[in-house]
Amino acid sequence: MQIVVCVKQIPDPANPSRFDPDTFRLSRSEDQILDDTDRYGVEMGLRLAEATGGTVTLISMGPTGRAQGIRQALAMGADRAVIVDDETLEGADALTTARILAAAAGHTGFDLVICGTESTDGYSGVVPQMLAELLGVAALTYATGVEVADGQVTIHRQTSAGYDVVVADLPALVSVTAGVVEPRYPTFRGIMGAKKKPTETFSAADLNVPISVGQQVVSISPAPERKAGVIAEDEGEGHLLILEKLQEVKVI
Amino acid sequence: MTEVWTFCEESGGGPSTLGLELLAKARRLGQVTVLYTGSGSPRAWETLGEHGATRIFHFDHGDRLAAGPVAAALANLAAEHSPQLLLFGQAYTDRDVAGRLAARMGVPVLSNAVDVTLGSDGQARTRHEISGGSEIAEAAFVSTGPHLVIVRPKSFPAEPVGGNPPPVVAVELPDVGGAGAVVTERHTRERRGPDLEEATVIVSGGRGLGAAEHYSLVEGVAAPLGAATGATRAIVDAGWVPYAKQVGQTGKTVKPDVYMACGISGAMQHLVGMKDAKTIIAINKDPDAPIFTIADLGIVGDVHQVMPKLIAELADS
Repeated sequence: MQIVVCVKQIPDPANPSRFDPDTFRLSRSEDQILDDTDRYGVEMGLRLAEATGGTVTLISMGPTGRAQGIRQALAMGADRAVIVDDETLEGADALTTARILAAAAGHTGFDLVICGTESTDGYSGVVPQMLAELLGVAALTYATGVEVADGQVTIHRQTSAGYDVVVADLPALVSVTAGVVEPRYPTFRGIMGAKKKPTETFSAADLNVPISVGQQVVSISPAPERKAGVIAEDEGEGHLLILEKLQEVKVI
Repeated sequence: MTEVWTFCEESGGGPSTLGLELLAKARRLGQVTVLYTGSGSPRAWETLGEHGATRIFHFDHGDRLAAGPVAAALANLAAEHSPQLLLFGQAYTDRDVAGRLAARMGVPVLSNAVDVTLGSDGQARTRHEISGGSEIAEAAFVSTGPHLVIVRPKSFPAEPVGGNPPPVVAVELPDVGGAGAVVTERHTRERRGPDLEEATVIVSGGRGLGAAEHYSLVEGVAAPLGAATGATRAIVDAGWVPYAKQVGQTGKTVKPDVYMACGISGAMQHLVGMKDAKTIIAINKDPDAPIFTIADLGIVGDVHQVMPKLIAELADS
């Protein structure tokens, strides 16, 4: 089975994000990391490939930089990577991203595409659904469990009430929630081997994807500040301050 | 008059609260058609009428996963009626339909909006809270309509304005072949205590609790207060508590009277889901934790010291 996992390199969320004052775009340094959310998709892809004797191909759009994120996913065990890196894609919206990923998945071929539910930098949260529509396949979204058997994929789909069991024929797309599986850590052998794995890089033009801009950020301004509160060191009586506050706001 | 369409998923046999919130906003922008997915009922149509809907398109998808067939049917309807603006909620099925519809129609979507306005030229503008809510971004469409916007829950209060049940159009759903999926089972998780999204008091825990079993401290404080219990993404990902408890960007958006953050540092992705609580109380060991920048009362201390004493005091009172 041919499994494609969409991954994204993002600025480290531990460092506050910086926006370019002219374009309002997120500044992307050379040192990007693998979006933590994507580790779950990579792990799920590896497990399904191991169970079915398949392969895992990573596809990724964005500035490659030093490619630490891509290499981390390869070191976990993915077989190869297809990267679309093109400066005309800077500031690309969700639809352009989905078109690029669809073209890349079309290039590699697939039985199952796996995505995270949303990236940790952009959070648009609609790329998997757009990608599925462009590929003409079902999107089994917010999966908390995934199984593949007899040409079908079955997931547990997170709902506000609990979960649904959803089934579709392959080829299909699945978006996985964080926590769906415990991602493995790359081994030393995996890390050394990652450097030798095949990686192809394309531009948007190589894939014949037109870039359209349908939306733009027009301003970024500071939000109104919240009134500063009381911060107190606990010297054994912190709980009493909390009780007082709860009484003040009439909760008790 | 401007045509605004709002998505509404059926929940508990009637319109979802989120759907009614979108309707409350949309009726100030134009004439509202509700896109209702679910089995539907006269009572549901009454409620939608009371909240200002002037027409209902009803998509009864049965055991089919809604997104594929609903997006296909909606694309045809949108081509026929040319609505200027379509509002969806930041929720599972809403996102699925909006994403597929946008790709099908080749139009952009703006996600995570907290407000929407329409210019005199009919172009939609949106407001977004970014960087954990410390900054506001304004975005605009540069394409012609329809404009698709996904709005965060609790951005607008749902309120009835009086109105009769509007005409209901049953929309036939096309066969989408390989783009379709089937729901074979539905499971409802039993919930102990009040609903996170409706609760007036919430006690939440994060990584600072140290281990899964210490989540009992959160439950211990919540129970005597009649509070709902929440969690950060970090401890949900770690498997300490179910995903349904997650508060934040990828979880639930809450606006309780009191939010007590225990062992929560205040990652941006968490803050955006709870910063609009009226009163925020935080307990954290690290005096530099970002949660203290928005706390009304911050206790710099160890949750394992403070919370057991708090539980004891609450038991006495």
